[in-house]
Amino acid sequence: MNKQDIGILVVDDELIVRESLTKWFREDGFRVDAAENGAAALRKLQGNSWNIMLVDIKMPGMDGIELLQRIREITKEITVIIITAFASVDSAVKALKEGAYDYITKPIDPDYLDHLIEKALKEQQLVRENRQLRDTVSELSTAGEIIGDSPEIRNVMELIHTVAPTDTTVMIRGESGTGKELVARAIHNGSPRRYFPIVTVNCGGMTETLLESELFGHERGAFTGAQQRRKGKVELADGGTLFLDEIGNIDMKTQMDLLRVIETKQFTRVGGTDIIRSDFRVICATNKDLEQAVKDGIFREDLFYRLNVFTVCLPPLRKRPGDIAQLAHYFLEKYTRAMTKTVKSFTPEAMHALKGYDWPGNVRELENAVERAVVVCKGPSIEKDDLPVQTVAAPRPDGRKLEDIEHRYIAEVLDETGWNITRSASILDIDRVTLYHKIEKFGLKRKQ
Amino acid sequence: MNSIHLLPLGDVDRGIVESLQQPLSRVFRMPVLLKEANLPLDAFFDEARGQYNSTAMIQFLRNEQSALARLHPGREGSHERILMVFGSDLYIPVLTYVFGEAELGGRVAIVSYYRLRNELYGLPLQRPLLLKRICKEALHELGHTYGLTHCLLQDCVMHASTYVEDIDLKGDTFCPDCIAAVQNPRA
Repeated sequence: MNKQDIGILVVDDELIVRESLTKWFREDGFRVDAAENGAAALRKLQGNSWNIMLVDIKMPGMDGIELLQRIREITKEITVIIITAFASVDSAVKALKEGAYDYITKPIDPDYLDHLIEKALKEQQLVRENRQLRDTVSELSTAGEIIGDSPEIRNVMELIHTVAPTDTTVMIRGESGTGKELVARAIHNGSPRRYFPIVTVNCGGMTETLLESELFGHERGAFTGAQQRRKGKVELADGGTLFLDEIGNIDMKTQMDLLRVIETKQFTRVGGTDIIRSDFRVICATNKDLEQAVKDGIFREDLFYRLNVFTVCLPPLRKRPGDIAQLAHYFLEKYTRAMTKTVKSFTPEAMHALKGYDWPGNVRELENAVERAVVVCKGPSIEKDDLPVQTVAAPRPDGRKLEDIEHRYIAEVLDETGWNITRSASILDIDRVTLYHKIEKFGLKRKQ
Repeated sequence: MNSIHLLPLGDVDRGIVESLQQPLSRVFRMPVLLKEANLPLDAFFDEARGQYNSTAMIQFLRNEQSALARLHPGREGSHERILMVFGSDLYIPVLTYVFGEAELGGRVAIVSYYRLRNELYGLPLQRPLLLKRICKEALHELGHTYGLTHCLLQDCVMHASTYVEDIDLKGDTFCPDCIAAVQNPRA
């Protein structure tokens, strides 16, 4: 900041003090002005920006302490330094209690005065930078919103508000595409840890050694290809939140390591011996039946109970059809803005199709469908034909018939296995040919 | 005619005052003349503080110059500057001490070598160091009369100094921006 942009206001009833200090600060290049009493000082606050005010404690009429109180009612931004003729502990304490930055006695040591001003300005700059960073973080952290007004989603919001400010471990459960990561971020953003990072580890689709290195980091030369020391996600989450997505997919050895680090908040990097400490909160998410996994012996019971402290269950979209329209409009606005298109709404037929579809891929599938529709849409509104074929072709089963349940379950298993026909057939305990027949019968299509 | 008038005050060490003539003349590119002052020094002395009020001294001299200018109208356009050189301790009323003072963008300045002497800090006398310090302070205060404020560059003589160590740390010349303002005041 240029010194000419820094304003100092001297408030003292003695002309000689006003003149001396004004001259002293002017030689330093500051923008300086003076006021002979409290009332004049308050007038000079209007329409002017002052960084620092030097206020004499003893003035006729409004004294320095009263002026300080009046300034504090108007603004907290100005640093007020109290000047007094005699060092008095009582008045110093009173001034500091009222929010004065410091307290100096006349005559003032010039070196002390210069350092005090320098220190106050540095602190102001730090506060300003801190505020800017907090604003940036808040702006970024409110980027993803949880949309919906159904009782189910309101219940979820209430649970988030309850658990967010605590340090409790949270397990988020829900089908694929229901927004588990969004909920994890909402919990993190509502917590005192929000100014530290939320670090996501996708535990699915990683080999045992890769996940171990991802979580705990590695030392140089720990394994072939480890050319440099690398910090793991647990270390990076220090002060913040560790979000373990697809927790049900980790192997037994990593489960044991994870349990240990969650309990002790200490670990060693792969190939290292130094004990690293990290202070983090754990949020995990799964779409698996972990209770069954525990019974089957593929998920450690102690880890399950360590993670399953507070559960947030996300309803599938088909269980909250009342939110479909709101979500669709939210995504429409998001993608028209991103693609700078002028699509305004959905035709009634298109909206009817959206509301009538089962959405096995949940909110993620709806978002993809709207994004695609915005791309292909030529007119001012999204037509039914702009929607993906399966959305229009396969209306949502009413959910009560045995056939509907079969339809939904097969779709779920196929999604879960990534449309691996052999594995799906094995889970459903039917042969592959029968599965193909069912897929054809129910008009199931793999999501893009 | 542009010139700098050096005014030795009281029982000041004349050698110190004369040592300033050459460097000031070189930097400001004008004659530096030794003049005699007739200031009622006792009037500026504060017995309780044991110091002289530099603000009042500058004020007195400025008033005297204005009176002279009124008596001799031809002097009005003169760009001469007056630097008082003193050997006693100076203060401005709100501060405990100053090394010197100047009218910002004016004509009158004052420097004192009282606090620039090593002996004051229990160190052995070092005359060359004292001459170097007083020269820096003279340049600094005269710089203020050209409207220069404190420079952020450590090497520039206009860098602020409130301790004698600060004076030793800063340079003994003006930085390019400050010298431009001194040698081409209109620029």
